[in-house]
Amino acid sequence: MADTANPGTPPAGPETTGHEWDGIAEYNNPLPRWWLYGLYATIIWAFGYWIAYPAWPLVSGYTGGLLGYSQRATVLGEVAAVRRERDARGQAQLASAAVAEIRADPALLRLALATGKAAFGDNCAGCHGSAATGRQGYPNLQDDEWLWGGTAEAIERTIRFGARSGHGEAHVGDMPAFGRDGILTRAEVEAVASYVLSLSGKPGVAGAKPDKGAEVFAGNCAGCHGEAGKGNPEMGAPNLSDAIWLYGSAPEQVVATVTNGRKGVMPAWEGRLDPATIKSLAVYVHSLGGGK
Amino acid sequence: MAAAPVPKHMTEGEVGLGLTLLVGALLCGLASARAVDAPFGIHMNLFALAGLAGIAGILKRYEGRPALAPPQEIDGRPNYNLGPVKFASIAAMAWGIAGFLVGCIIAFQLWAPALNLGLEYTGFGRLRPLHTSAVIFAFGGNVLIGTSLYVVQRTCRARLAGDLAPWFVVLGYNLFIVIAGTGYLMGVTQSKEYAEPEWYADLWLTIVWITYLVVFLATLWKRNEPHIFVANWFYLAFIVTIAMLHVVNNLALPVTVFGSKSYPIFAGVQDALIQWWYGHNAVGFFLTAGFLAIMYYFVPKRAERPIYSYRLSIIHFWALIFMYIWAGPHHLHYTALPDWAQTLGMTFSIMLWMPSWGGMINGLMTLSGAWDKLRTDPVLRFMVVSLAFYGMATFEGPMMSIKAVNALSHYTDWTIGHVHSGALGWVAYISFGALYCLVPWLWNRREVYSLKLVEWHFWISTLGIVLYITSMWVAGIMQGLMWRAYNALGFLEYSFVETVEAMQPYYLVRALGGVLFLIGALIMAYNLAMTIAGKTSAASEPLVDTLPGSAGLAPAE
Repeated sequence: MADTANPGTPPAGPETTGHEWDGIAEYNNPLPRWWLYGLYATIIWAFGYWIAYPAWPLVSGYTGGLLGYSQRATVLGEVAAVRRERDARGQAQLASAAVAEIRADPALLRLALATGKAAFGDNCAGCHGSAATGRQGYPNLQDDEWLWGGTAEAIERTIRFGARSGHGEAHVGDMPAFGRDGILTRAEVEAVASYVLSLSGKPGVAGAKPDKGAEVFAGNCAGCHGEAGKGNPEMGAPNLSDAIWLYGSAPEQVVATVTNGRKGVMPAWEGRLDPATIKSLAVYVHSLGGGK
Repeated sequence: MAAAPVPKHMTEGEVGLGLTLLVGALLCGLASARAVDAPFGIHMNLFALAGLAGIAGILKRYEGRPALAPPQEIDGRPNYNLGPVKFASIAAMAWGIAGFLVGCIIAFQLWAPALNLGLEYTGFGRLRPLHTSAVIFAFGGNVLIGTSLYVVQRTCRARLAGDLAPWFVVLGYNLFIVIAGTGYLMGVTQSKEYAEPEWYADLWLTIVWITYLVVFLATLWKRNEPHIFVANWFYLAFIVTIAMLHVVNNLALPVTVFGSKSYPIFAGVQDALIQWWYGHNAVGFFLTAGFLAIMYYFVPKRAERPIYSYRLSIIHFWALIFMYIWAGPHHLHYTALPDWAQTLGMTFSIMLWMPSWGGMINGLMTLSGAWDKLRTDPVLRFMVVSLAFYGMATFEGPMMSIKAVNALSHYTDWTIGHVHSGALGWVAYISFGALYCLVPWLWNRREVYSLKLVEWHFWISTLGIVLYITSMWVAGIMQGLMWRAYNALGFLEYSFVETVEAMQPYYLVRALGGVLFLIGALIMAYNLAMTIAGKTSAASEPLVDTLPGSAGLAPAE
């Protein structure tokens, strides 16, 4: 603190407060002007804001502010404005029109595709992927194989009620656990798996007998999957003769499928999404490339 | 010992604390036997063991100590009590590294979720509070407790009040940290951000914290200076306010006194408001007021310059204390919180801008006339850069509290970037600067082992901070813009999962920034360990009077 007397040090400003703690002194410099005016400015601004907006609590209620601002009223107004705008574009018609009518009307179709894309990202992409390409156990929606039918109407139905979802109208269809429940022996399971793989020209389980498999298939599988294994959308039974395999096409994967059965679940969206959104989703999914 | 004229007795404090610990250990042992959940049982056993260890410590200390209590002064100089300060300094370094490491792990988990290993113990949800508590309360808390117990003695020219109490504070506080951290890993949490520990840990911290307050106040009370030094105002504000915040926010009823689960007494939006009154003032009084106290002692000390303005310090202190306590509701903009509360939170945050900057001005202007030291002294550079980050974060904070800005920034990683520019840039840097000063002082060394390594620490961690906050700015603003992007038909342009996907590269940059920061801290730990070991490159004789600007060190213990 005595360094003001020392000619070698720069000027030290005004005097100190005269105290010193563990060698630390304090100058008694005034408050920087810009700092003080900055503080005043923010305080004045705050007072202005309090006058304009809801600010101070009272015994019951609060000061409402001159602008009559209300966050709740603002957001309700914004939501209503969006509704009006969408209705002007035909959103209301989406709810009442059938999917075929939507697809036939270019303006409605455009709106439905936009609605569907947004709804898909938030509701469907979690399982079916952002690009709707699916993954093991979750169907690819870009291809033309449909477990429960690929027309826009069939897709709408699947979205509304789901599959094995517990909804009364849901698709039901069970692939039995042929191995686990003792319907088929291990050798028969391997044989039928090899036969099924042979339908699309794939190698089967080493040492299994595809001839025996054809016999097992006719007796146990053809009822749902058809004699030629072409599948049946009424039962949710997939086509087994093509290159698309929901649960994998390696011999051990097919053996696992036959042994334990498969019971994939698609939730029912009715009640969770409004009819316009469900129809839009159906139109959007149908448009992805595989719609029939 | 035999020559001592006074027969040796246990003090009332030793007997009293010993018996209290014994009773506490027994009660905890009983509670553990009747525990309804495993983590509670483990924690009660831990408490019981800690109590027994405390008794053993008291007995061992009694065995080795002279008959008389340590004198208040030796040769007219205060006989400073530095043991608890040393413990807290080492604990701070150790917890800091643990906290930074867990931060890096969870940063990489956000980039590649598979790194949570599929185990409940290593999932993001449990490691995240482990990270925040380790850096804020374990690292920051030990720095605050250690420096406060040091600064209050030096600036009052008085030995720390209490004999066992200061040790009870540092050891008890670190026991709380262990209970809290192991609790998170076992899934014990009350789900309040920065207040996750359950009721029994909260009760323990309350006891420790009140003791801390009493020790601090009693030391101020017996000071040998006519006035209270500015750093002590800030420390006191920190200790008092944290006590109040901690108690109110943790008011809860345990489901059973033999189990870990409790429910807060507040519900709904009241609970949310109490939580963020607590949460924001944890930032204000723990991470701001407390560390400003560190600044007010260590910056003038290291720069060997008087503090710039006493008047500014007093005005900005009271303004800061008064304004900060109102600002919490800005964490709840556009929620069920009433409009008027949002307004108050926002306007007080704006008014807080200049009071916050008062500390920065006082710190930076203290260097006027000593700017040249920045070229040669990397320790001082840590402190100056910390003030720059402090100024930046305390401008960004009020800006983000403005509702229109908050509408974009809230829930995005911009908030994470903002917090870390304050946490890494301000809190950690001023702590690093203080520890680089304090450790040589405590262990009677001329200087740290290597200033060159301090330089490396400085540049590596600065690069880390820059990577961290810039990536989070870009990512956060991008995220906010993607969430609010609409297409021509009035539909959201992006689904949520697409916004998550877009964040991934920035998460990697952030994690790498964190790794650089961790590497810097490891360099520091090595440097400080070598300093404590006495491996200074310069002459390592104890230097009672050669320390620059110091009135001389206390006799080593």
